[in-house]
Amino acid sequence: MTDFIRFLEPQPAILSRRDAIVADLVDLLPKDCLIHAPRELVPFETDAFVSYRRVPLAVALPRTTEEVAAVMRYCHKYGVPVVPRGAGTSLSGGAIPQEDAVVLGLSKMSRILDIDLANRTATVQAGVTNLNISEAVSPEGFFYAPDPSSQLACTIGGNIGMNSGGAHCLKYGVTTNNLLGVRMVLVDGTVIELGGKHLDAGGYDLLGLVCGHEGQLGIVTEATVRLIAKPEGARPVLFGFETSEEAGSCVADVIGSGIIPVAIEFMDKPAIEICEAFAKAGYPLDVGALLIVEVEGSEAEMDAMLADIVEIARRHGVKTVRECQSATEAALIWKGRKSAFGATGRISDYICMDGTVPLSQLSYVLKKTSEIIDRFGLRVANVFHAGDGNMHPLILFNANDPDDAARAEQAGNEILKLCVDAGGCLTGEHGVGIEKRDLMTHQYGKVDLDQQMAVRAAFDPGWLLNPSKVFPLEGRPAA
Amino acid sequence: MTDVFHPTTEAEAADLIRTHAEAGRALALFGGNSRSGFGNAVRAEAGLSAAGLSGIVAYNPAEMVITARAGTPVAEIEAALAANGQMMSFEPMDHRPLMGTDGEPTIGGVFAANVSGPRRFVAGAARDSLLGVRFVNGRGEIVRNGGRVMKNVTGLDLVKLLAGSHGTLGFLTEVTFRVLPVPKATETIVVSGLNDAEAAHAMAAAMALSVEVSGAAHLPESVKGRFAGGALPDGEATVLRLEGLPSSVAVRAEKLGAAMAPFGAVGRLDMATSLSLWREIRDVLPYADGTKRPIWRVSVAPSAGHQLVAALRLEAGIDAFYDWQGGLVWMRMEADPEAALVRRYIKALGGGHATLMRASEKTRAATPAFEPQPAPVAVLSARVKEKFDPQAIFNPGKMG
Repeated sequence: MTDFIRFLEPQPAILSRRDAIVADLVDLLPKDCLIHAPRELVPFETDAFVSYRRVPLAVALPRTTEEVAAVMRYCHKYGVPVVPRGAGTSLSGGAIPQEDAVVLGLSKMSRILDIDLANRTATVQAGVTNLNISEAVSPEGFFYAPDPSSQLACTIGGNIGMNSGGAHCLKYGVTTNNLLGVRMVLVDGTVIELGGKHLDAGGYDLLGLVCGHEGQLGIVTEATVRLIAKPEGARPVLFGFETSEEAGSCVADVIGSGIIPVAIEFMDKPAIEICEAFAKAGYPLDVGALLIVEVEGSEAEMDAMLADIVEIARRHGVKTVRECQSATEAALIWKGRKSAFGATGRISDYICMDGTVPLSQLSYVLKKTSEIIDRFGLRVANVFHAGDGNMHPLILFNANDPDDAARAEQAGNEILKLCVDAGGCLTGEHGVGIEKRDLMTHQYGKVDLDQQMAVRAAFDPGWLLNPSKVFPLEGRPAA
Repeated sequence: MTDVFHPTTEAEAADLIRTHAEAGRALALFGGNSRSGFGNAVRAEAGLSAAGLSGIVAYNPAEMVITARAGTPVAEIEAALAANGQMMSFEPMDHRPLMGTDGEPTIGGVFAANVSGPRRFVAGAARDSLLGVRFVNGRGEIVRNGGRVMKNVTGLDLVKLLAGSHGTLGFLTEVTFRVLPVPKATETIVVSGLNDAEAAHAMAAAMALSVEVSGAAHLPESVKGRFAGGALPDGEATVLRLEGLPSSVAVRAEKLGAAMAPFGAVGRLDMATSLSLWREIRDVLPYADGTKRPIWRVSVAPSAGHQLVAALRLEAGIDAFYDWQGGLVWMRMEADPEAALVRRYIKALGGGHATLMRASEKTRAATPAFEPQPAPVAVLSARVKEKFDPQAIFNPGKMG
């Protein structure tokens, strides 16, 4: 376990009242909705950013918006910090608690409330998983577009918290472009509704602000999302290149040509080997970089688009072009890609970066990334959403070696700064969380951050909601 | 208005705003003033125009991203994009014909009013394409948010908040937004003779098909003749747009036409007719009548649009047509805007919002232009506003 990133110091006044707080929350909530035994709290001490752990004071698992509001009213009254949690799949530590905080878990709120196909909307509780929505409407020919790799487990509440993306957002956009409304509990327990089945806001676009709020503005308990008719067909094609640079410049040319595939995913050699060993997806092992390009539509349409893409790839010296012959093969290709993080986790500890860069900078940033990694004596596997420049270098290290872990964190920070300096940003879809909090000053100036924190304070003046996250601990306004 | 300032640099704008904030003097913020009828009347003695902050700052067509100063004319942006086969996918409406205004629409105005057109219901609004902003807040500070990449979740998304804030949160100085390739082919399927309710069903059925409809509007008899130079077939016209590669559009048009045949007579419009039809729908051509008769722009769930109009027809003189699969309703009232009635029915039908886009000065003074917010949301919005513009000097009154 590394410990470079500071959390807020737990407040002794709250820790000392632990038993009373637990007793009060037990009274507030139905049976089995509060976890407080030390052993049972352990599963909540971290999320998918496992380098950091803090055992919370208690975990509340309400079943209704009203129960969420009751917990918030209580915590607000007594100044107890609250850390919201969906499925705990955050890669940036967004759901890691702190010792004096109550975790507010939405896992018991997992009902689909309404499916309205005439209006192409689904209204669900925040604890419904991303994939559940698509599965519920698939028989009728619809799907919910954002598809983070963790879609089997991650919840829509968490997706809204982080404004999650996924492989297919090149065409369909990220969560914020597919979210129509939320029901939300404010820090003082007030319940508000933003948006609905209609489009756009009648006043300020608070819904747009709430999407990606990282649990800082309130607790989203229900969401209305947009459904889309499934395409007639979809076909992923593998393009193998000698080098990462060739693959990177091919991506920029495909996008620049005016063709917009549904997805363009990139893997370098280490990533190909790791994923192939795990998923047996049929990836070519004799190439230095691989692109998975997916097109959608009728057979004729896909043929036409692919012909153009193949033509561009040839100009960039593509070595292997492999079209899949069946739905099973297509599913395997995506299984390999989506299991990249899990497969990497089987062979090594890793931290996953999430910077986005302008497409024209892809090749440059890939080259610089490997220089940084070499300098720190580490290894890296690159697997990411190339079509929108959202990079995911997985930095491999040994968590049992504190020195190795320290170097991994430093290398990661340098890579993220590189992304910002290349005209990009720190995080494309994983969120700032705790991981990138102290790098925020590299992307934004003081005035920029002060404005964001002022808006945050309009929702939560006492900084009770997920308070260790997103904004550097220094330079915060006095609560 | 006695003074109108035309700063030519961001720093100059920031100085002006700081001076006014210190003196507590209100400013009316605008670009080309072509949307000046949007919202409520502004109470300010001085004006601050973005027109002097003009020009494209950066445009790399291969990245499909453009950065421009807020006062850049929309026409200049459109020309630069067209030269590279690209466009604003959200199809910003030109409000001048409807509102009877003149002036040069600016790109800052497009985002400040979150202006979108027919493609909005599938491709997103202006706010969905907006990637980054620079603005001056009410303290005279220059603030940056977002950036120039498509995926960016770094910090709070103030970009969305600024979009559609009508110059009440900040003075936009620069915008960066995503653009898309212009489709090589466009065709429109026309289903004729459907009443409003039948049209809603037909449009929902079309949207359930995998043919990627990118426009779905219903034009009742009262307005139909005004569109496409009178070239639409007999009867009410339910129009469905397809865009993309020519071969693909042809295949999808066959499929969509076959699926629509059970609803009514199916016809097809060629590319040239389609392009002008959707531009006319975008700009609300039938109500660009040179009058001040009240116009509402209503956003509700698609299936609620025709129910709203049916309910209102029993109590008020209205004319209406539909875009966004029926969810965007343009309503022209005979005389009184009937605001209370309109808002009551919207609420009863599941919610949404109505914006008064045009009316006589007298009516506008008596009718809030924007949908009133429920109390807790209004309180929150007021707190947010206070964090951007503590002295309340930006466009006082505009959003209520």
